[in-house]
Amino acid sequence: MRLGSGVLQKFLPFISLALLFVILSIASPYFLTTTNLASVIRQTAVINIMALGMTLVIVSGGIDLSVGSILAFSGVIGTMTMVNGGSVPLGIAAGIAGGTLWGCANGLMVSKLRLPPFIVTLGTLGIVRGLTLVISGGLPVVGLPKAHGFLGEGTVGPVPFVLLILVGCAIVTHFAMRSTKLGRYTYAIGSNEAAAVYAGIPVARYKVAIYAICGMLTGLAGMIETSRLMTGQPTAGVSYELQVIAAVVIGGGSLAGGEGTVIGTLIGAFIMGLLSNGSDLLGVNPYWQQVIIGAVIILAVALDEARKRRFST
Amino acid sequence: MILELSSIRKRFGGVHALRDGSLSVRPGQVHALIGENGAGKSTLVKIVAGMLRRDGGDMRWKGRSVDFHRSAEAHAVGIRMVHQESLLAPHLTVAENVFLGREPLKSAFLDEAAMAHKTASILEEHRFPLQADWKVAKLAPAHKQIVEICRALHGDPSLLMFDEPTSSLSDAEATEVFRIVRQLREKGIGIVYITHRLAELQEIADQITILRDGETVHSCPASETTTQEIVRHMVGRNVAAVYFRDKQPPGEERLKVDLPGVAFELRAGEILGVAGLVGAGRTKVCETLFGITPAPPGSISVNGEPCDIRSPLDAVEAGIALVTEDRQETGLAVRLPVRTNITLANLDAVCAGSVVHSGRERRVAEDYRKRLQIRADATEQSARQLSGGNQQKVVIAKWLFRDTNVVLFDEPTRGIDVGAKAEVFALMDKMAREGKAILMVSSELPELLQVADRILVMREGSMVAELPRETTQQEIMHHAAVGH
Repeated sequence: MRLGSGVLQKFLPFISLALLFVILSIASPYFLTTTNLASVIRQTAVINIMALGMTLVIVSGGIDLSVGSILAFSGVIGTMTMVNGGSVPLGIAAGIAGGTLWGCANGLMVSKLRLPPFIVTLGTLGIVRGLTLVISGGLPVVGLPKAHGFLGEGTVGPVPFVLLILVGCAIVTHFAMRSTKLGRYTYAIGSNEAAAVYAGIPVARYKVAIYAICGMLTGLAGMIETSRLMTGQPTAGVSYELQVIAAVVIGGGSLAGGEGTVIGTLIGAFIMGLLSNGSDLLGVNPYWQQVIIGAVIILAVALDEARKRRFST
Repeated sequence: MILELSSIRKRFGGVHALRDGSLSVRPGQVHALIGENGAGKSTLVKIVAGMLRRDGGDMRWKGRSVDFHRSAEAHAVGIRMVHQESLLAPHLTVAENVFLGREPLKSAFLDEAAMAHKTASILEEHRFPLQADWKVAKLAPAHKQIVEICRALHGDPSLLMFDEPTSSLSDAEATEVFRIVRQLREKGIGIVYITHRLAELQEIADQITILRDGETVHSCPASETTTQEIVRHMVGRNVAAVYFRDKQPPGEERLKVDLPGVAFELRAGEILGVAGLVGAGRTKVCETLFGITPAPPGSISVNGEPCDIRSPLDAVEAGIALVTEDRQETGLAVRLPVRTNITLANLDAVCAGSVVHSGRERRVAEDYRKRLQIRADATEQSARQLSGGNQQKVVIAKWLFRDTNVVLFDEPTRGIDVGAKAEVFALMDKMAREGKAILMVSSELPELLQVADRILVMREGSMVAELPRETTQQEIMHHAAVGH
């Protein structure tokens, strides 16, 4: 009985996602169509890929508020490379590199200046957004090569290309967190940073790597966003950081660090994606959608805390 | 009797924390409550303090049957708990901590003057060496304990329950706490006193009650028992009363330290004790050797090689390990499994490239669990769920797996029970026999005398004496406290 309810609670995010899926299939005839599901995947892919990086950061006991700004920066840098004569792959690479650099900058400031990640990334949130607007003159970058559209909107057979990218990134991140030194040290740093330092782990180096990976994935997400819109918007991604953090915590990540998984995060991001898509299909007032998603965040974390309390005493 | 407990029962899930807990306290009596970790001492006092509700049994307060639902109800009748110093708000002043949660108001505002005045009068009455407006963060552990006592004294209690008040104090500071406890006893207050330090029982306790596995197994006046008998009741069997180590011929030099005020060498096979009062700089020596605090000008050599140690990473790579004083803060990643904690300092040894080889890691963890007899259900259990002694063994396993030549132990027996202490000493002895060099900082002089080959005494940041193992506690205290 006790065991049964424990298992139920452990898989609650997954069960909720499955339930949501079934309910929407029954409630709306348009939900379970290839077009709609592909659109859900395209809509959530950007948040999902960013959330993979954020999972590492949050498990390490950190936070990255600057991802929305980095998304726009990468998009603008990447698209400007393309319109100034660079090839599509070069532009994508430039966007990813731009994101990675900002991730490194966040990581260096957190680990070398020993500043709280909340403060550092609150600062870079503004700095990166401002620089993006300066570089682009505040105007969207347009006139992108048609080939760039494939990244966000293309399909391989019936499968949206972004789904393949997402699955690929998720598998690599999942494996990295579960089975590599990087992943192990990420959990150790988040669980008890002092103990990690005392164990002789080069904590500063790993923190830089963690924020850099988050920046890199955000850079990739930024290029996908530009591909879907076929413009480089300097105002893209405003407040995405909140959705990304919400995906991680709905999936069981703890802002105190040391807890969180890639699978949990994916489920968290899809729960939010389905809530939003379902509300659209069922004609729920978009103002109410925000209320629903906010309530779900609190409910999910409350249930998770209740589970932890029960199993720790 | 002011407090009578009989056959108290309490379960947490499927675990019986208390099966048959009994305790009777008279006014003006110091009643020591002892037992190994997990014996049910804390559960019993928390029930008295209204922090937990009992499942069964009888509790009488001044002859009347009572059942507290909240700690405020116990507080109202005059029952106080003196917590360990960790429950203070460090950024607030002494007075603000004394009144935390019960602040007096003057119209809608805090009555700062009344708080300061009342706190000052408590401090004065008991001759406590503190000022009401000092920040708690800056106080020494013993003084934080005094702030906790002041908190409890406000409102004239009839029963004070101390939860290991001396566990983080040096002997001299503990003596100060004893003075305070005796003074409170003279005022007719009943005192329940939980402790792990059996040596202090004869000094402080009038009556002793021993718990084992949730049951009261023995209760008698302190004058009618011996430490040996107490230990027998605590563990339920005879334990070798003292652990003595055979002296080994020291081997080659492992560590040579030449810093201002601190110079010594440490050889393979040797256990070097470091004694001194709290604040004498013993922990700082460990922290300097381990790269946590920057080293003053001087030299440190490991295995004859001069080392520039600037971080724990440098120290570990040079071959120095540190078993810290505080397992929760710096020793363990408590939310991670035992397995992960054991391999944390030497993850490369179970990795192929950057990938952790989980089968190899499991075998290593299981091997150390068996060798050190770590009592954990499986190596998957999180470190938090283990007793203090088993947690300490996990920390030692971590460094054994890393296999450093020099191991520094800072208060290795803090917060662990009698049986586990003997196991930790046996491990230290074994490590020395295998050629490691060991430095042991301890406030427990009898333990230093049992384990160390020689003892360095520190005072005010400097080493003031080196004594052979045949020395006495008095000799050590003399050097530690007053010098020549």
